[in-house]
Amino acid sequence: MTTEPNSESSADQQEASAAPQLEADSFPPAAAHSTPVRKEQNGDERAEGGVVPQGNQLEPSQAEEDRTSYRSSTSKLSRSPGGGRSVRSSRNMQCKVTLLDGAVYTCVVEKRERGHVLFDKVCEQLNLLEKDYFGITFRDIENQKNWLDQSKEMKKQIRGAAWNFSFNVKFYPPDPAQLSEDITRYYLCLQLRDDVVSGRLPCSFATHTVLGSYTVQSELGDYDLEESGTDYVSEFRFAPNQTKELEEKVMDLHKNYKGMTPADAEMHFLENVKKLSMYGVDLHHAKLVGSLFECLSPAKGEDSEGVEIMLGVCSSGLLIYRDRLRINRFAWPKVLKISYKRNNFYIKIRPGEFEQFESTIGFKLPNHRAAKRLWKVCVEHHTFFRLVSPETPPKKFLNLGSKFRYSGRTQAQTRRASSQIVRPAPRFERSTSKRYIMSRSLDGAPQSTPKRSTPKRSSPKRSSPNRSSPNRSSPNRTSPNRSSPNRSSPKRSSPNRSSPKRNTPQSVSPRIEPPASFNGAKPTEMGSDLYGRAKGIALSDLITTVTPEKKVEERKAEEEVEVEVEVEVEVEVEVEVEEVEEEDETTKATEISLPSPTSPIRHDTKTELTDTGVDGELTATESDQEDESELKTQDTVGTPEELLKHSTNISELKRSFLETGADSAGLTEWEKRLSSSPLRSPRLDEAPMIEPLELDEVPSQEDEGEDERERAMAAGGSVEEDIKHSPVDTKTTVPKPTFEEMSPELTALLQSARDQTSTRVWTASPAFSQTVFKTTEKVERIVLQTEVVSSQQEKDQDQPELKSAQPEQPDNLENQAEHQTEQLSVLEAPEVLTFNRAGVVDVTHGVPVIHTEMKTVTYQSLEADADPEAGVLMSAQTITSDTTSTTTTTHITKTVKGGISETRIEKRIVISGDADMDHDEALAQAIKEAKEQHPDMSVTKVVVHKETEITPEEGEE
Amino acid sequence: MAGVMADFGNFTHAVVRAIPSSLAKEALRMNVSDVDLEKARREHEVYVGVLKQKLGLEVIELPADESLPDCVFVEDAAVVCGDTALITRPGAESRRKETAAIRQTLKELGLNIVDMSDETATLDGGDVLFTGREFFVGLSKRTNQRGAEILADAFKDYAVSTVPVTDGLHLKSFCSMGGPGLIVIGSSEPAQKALKIMQQMSDHRYDKLTVPDDIAANTIYMNLPGKGHVLLHCTPEEFPESAKVFEKLKDHMLIPVSNMEKVKVDGALTCCSVLINMKAKV
Repeated sequence: MTTEPNSESSADQQEASAAPQLEADSFPPAAAHSTPVRKEQNGDERAEGGVVPQGNQLEPSQAEEDRTSYRSSTSKLSRSPGGGRSVRSSRNMQCKVTLLDGAVYTCVVEKRERGHVLFDKVCEQLNLLEKDYFGITFRDIENQKNWLDQSKEMKKQIRGAAWNFSFNVKFYPPDPAQLSEDITRYYLCLQLRDDVVSGRLPCSFATHTVLGSYTVQSELGDYDLEESGTDYVSEFRFAPNQTKELEEKVMDLHKNYKGMTPADAEMHFLENVKKLSMYGVDLHHAKLVGSLFECLSPAKGEDSEGVEIMLGVCSSGLLIYRDRLRINRFAWPKVLKISYKRNNFYIKIRPGEFEQFESTIGFKLPNHRAAKRLWKVCVEHHTFFRLVSPETPPKKFLNLGSKFRYSGRTQAQTRRASSQIVRPAPRFERSTSKRYIMSRSLDGAPQSTPKRSTPKRSSPKRSSPNRSSPNRSSPNRTSPNRSSPNRSSPKRSSPNRSSPKRNTPQSVSPRIEPPASFNGAKPTEMGSDLYGRAKGIALSDLITTVTPEKKVEERKAEEEVEVEVEVEVEVEVEVEVEEVEEEDETTKATEISLPSPTSPIRHDTKTELTDTGVDGELTATESDQEDESELKTQDTVGTPEELLKHSTNISELKRSFLETGADSAGLTEWEKRLSSSPLRSPRLDEAPMIEPLELDEVPSQEDEGEDERERAMAAGGSVEEDIKHSPVDTKTTVPKPTFEEMSPELTALLQSARDQTSTRVWTASPAFSQTVFKTTEKVERIVLQTEVVSSQQEKDQDQPELKSAQPEQPDNLENQAEHQTEQLSVLEAPEVLTFNRAGVVDVTHGVPVIHTEMKTVTYQSLEADADPEAGVLMSAQTITSDTTSTTTTTHITKTVKGGISETRIEKRIVISGDADMDHDEALAQAIKEAKEQHPDMSVTKVVVHKETEITPEEGEE
Repeated sequence: MAGVMADFGNFTHAVVRAIPSSLAKEALRMNVSDVDLEKARREHEVYVGVLKQKLGLEVIELPADESLPDCVFVEDAAVVCGDTALITRPGAESRRKETAAIRQTLKELGLNIVDMSDETATLDGGDVLFTGREFFVGLSKRTNQRGAEILADAFKDYAVSTVPVTDGLHLKSFCSMGGPGLIVIGSSEPAQKALKIMQQMSDHRYDKLTVPDDIAANTIYMNLPGKGHVLLHCTPEEFPESAKVFEKLKDHMLIPVSNMEKVKVDGALTCCSVLINMKAKV
């Protein structure tokens, strides 16, 4: 019963059979963990929410194209931007999202929407509340899987690739039992079933049988000899290499589960699967660079340099594998810094058992994008699992270069949030594990006949789409035993399924389509693809991959030029308010109460408190200082939030202490970061693999940056006013005003800014306007900053739930803030430095992208320059809240200087909006509100930033 | 209920092998020493007796093979975990044939047999420490990377981490499991370093029990129905200081077992048996 177009299944088989050869004795082809995006292309334009029973629409040529793209990244590059071309002219884009059960959800989003819009739609469709564990993936034009960044515009991420997505688990909870809702566990189960079947999550025969039996119980309910017969599980897929023996064992086990509910069966499934060593490990191919590992015992005569390894990112840290063997592990607390430069990825390790000093370990990734992907995944996992709340961008730890931060909720936050879910357990439909009955050629066995029905087929038996077994007629499928009474609801019934898509173009209600071309696509994709690529690259000189990258960037640039012709004027006003008060050292009170998270930062998978039952010596001590500090906090009596705060403070303190202590040179944190940042122009840079994090690099880098800036401007050809506009100048000339003094000037500034909108002014984009004097990287931002106007950082921190908060209510501010408490581990100047590495490439390739005109006027007191880094940081937190037009960021830092504790509250208010709004008034209002809250505050800086988007004609050279 | 990871330390069967006369003269040893064959045999009888009578395991006793002087150390020939038995390829050439009898026995018991057919791979069971949650494989004179890889392939559920073993014969020459999550470790510098590596590599937390003598850290832990935690360890006669340390384990049924003669040919307690849990079979 084949419904799949032959072309595709053959393509899949080829892929699948090609991959294992490449890696005979390493991880299985699909070892890479990440789940791929489905490959079908999306050709037609359809109404929003339209149903697309699209199983068979894949054009053979497209399949061919996809297949070849696995082979060579360059061929992919020359490919046309794929699906969605036809809709390009419009602002909307149709998105296809393959859900975890294989169904395809189609919806329309505005191209410029940020990633979370699509994500939220999907979660809504799925009725999923605990969504922070999940994410959306897409394939870039190199056919690599990427996570859709929720805080970035989709258009800028997709870039020419097809608008096809997959909904996947992003953060595998170490303890699924702690999830609040069964529905969340169900989706997690679906992901894991696929992980197992595809081979990404390897497990033993015995485990396959156990997992399989719970899957069967969850889907079919109790074993029923009469109904079931003896081969009722043969359509399920439990393992990459499924045998009759396996199926028999599954049935044997299944018999024992009478009365077990689907939710219980899923729980059992998860309890078993979570113990597997590769559970939730996201694998990346790499090669060792430089020094020998302590734990890597080289084969005789073997140089560790260039040894092929796998980096596994997981909840507890970074794992290093060589073939199947774990050769090292860096728990998050051990990792001081994560960075990447070109195609190298670096981790800086805290001094520990084996290293007396901090050490940096380098890995070579197949290409720059792979390095960046790995880096991002690391940052995200670290934040999600290790931190209590996301970091704000200007942070020391993990803060290298890119402005990217994980801005979603952390596990602690999402647990707290989900503990407050009040809805009754939602009823949901458990779909059949259709994906598992598709042809999967992973195991090499020619399972060439996919068990799907032919497209036109509408036999009554097929009311449930994926059961091809004739003896399972539809009545059976709705038997009370079945967990999903809705199974044969119209949504999934055969008419819908079997009718060609053109017959149902008008259907309006958003519906889920049955899975389309499942046929093997999934299992082979990520793993084999990733591996194949890595291997392929490994054979040739790694450097050569730079060329395709260049092309990519150029392509990107071209696409950017296609930006809509529209003019927007946005004026942004940033006001920084500072309040300094002296405090008793013991005071921990902050104005805005911290949320009380249900769990502190400790991992739940293990007990951090070691057993001291026998004697002191028996206790395993981990040298990790942070853990010890956490340990200590266990003893302190206090409310959860106190506990939490305390532990964080200590660890953060230690962290900052260690960092400052380690680098005794007279470097500021900025310089250090800069010098180690991967931002230097890749072209100029033939630096050593492991960057020396030294002072002497700084000046040259700044020069470089300067050069780049000029280059970029030259490329842009639109530099009419010099960069001298940057806040450096304004800042130094402006005296320290009080708020009252400032107001008129402010107004004047605003006015002048407005007057100048017709002039083309090059300067930093808003997010950088404050920091221009500290970094030279802002030009890159400008290149990137085609449409995003307003403070990037704040936007990055936008969280869906905040959006729904009531706007403009000062009282609300605190409530909102509670949702978003953030922790700073280091004391930072109020300035925020973020730079974007991706931009470097754009710049150095002379991208003629100038879409925006920006004008920034900074009004800042000298006070802001006061050295806030003196003293020891006790605690820091950042609270961001926003309304429709204003974003308020409050940094509260507590430092100890010579026994006196100082609490410094810095408020930054960003008002953004288009020209229509009265910024002066908004600013006045914001300052007034801030003033009410903190009567002693002083305004230290006002930045007026004006940005105008101009037409491409003007912008191009 | 069947689970992925069966109860740690729960064994039903043991495979042992008698001591050949050739052991005294021909068995491999790191230090020159004279073995009192009779004494060694008496020791071994006691050892088997403990497993059989005291602990109630079903003990399969294989006859000695005079052409294989080290054949009493059955542990090196196979790694059994759950229902799978990996038949090793011992690092010492002279010991390769030892696996045949073990393989036969384990097969008859109904275990899934995995062979190490790769000619480049070597692995001694003595280098394999199974903690209940993961494997550590010592890369030693007897075990190489490839052998460890094959072990990882055979037991896919578990993380397999490699630990360099610079001193001593095997990884388990200075450590063993003393209970769930409890590693017994010698106090020598190499032993302590190996432990730190293991701790760093592991997602799990282990407690440690440090004993003054490295070889005394080789113990046999079992968790038997009706008996609870059982620990076979060195006698006070052999290692008085280390024996005292074990006495602190109040929850364990402590069974000192003498190993004075076998240790002369680098045989530790664990070396002399392959423990199997047939109930774990699915």
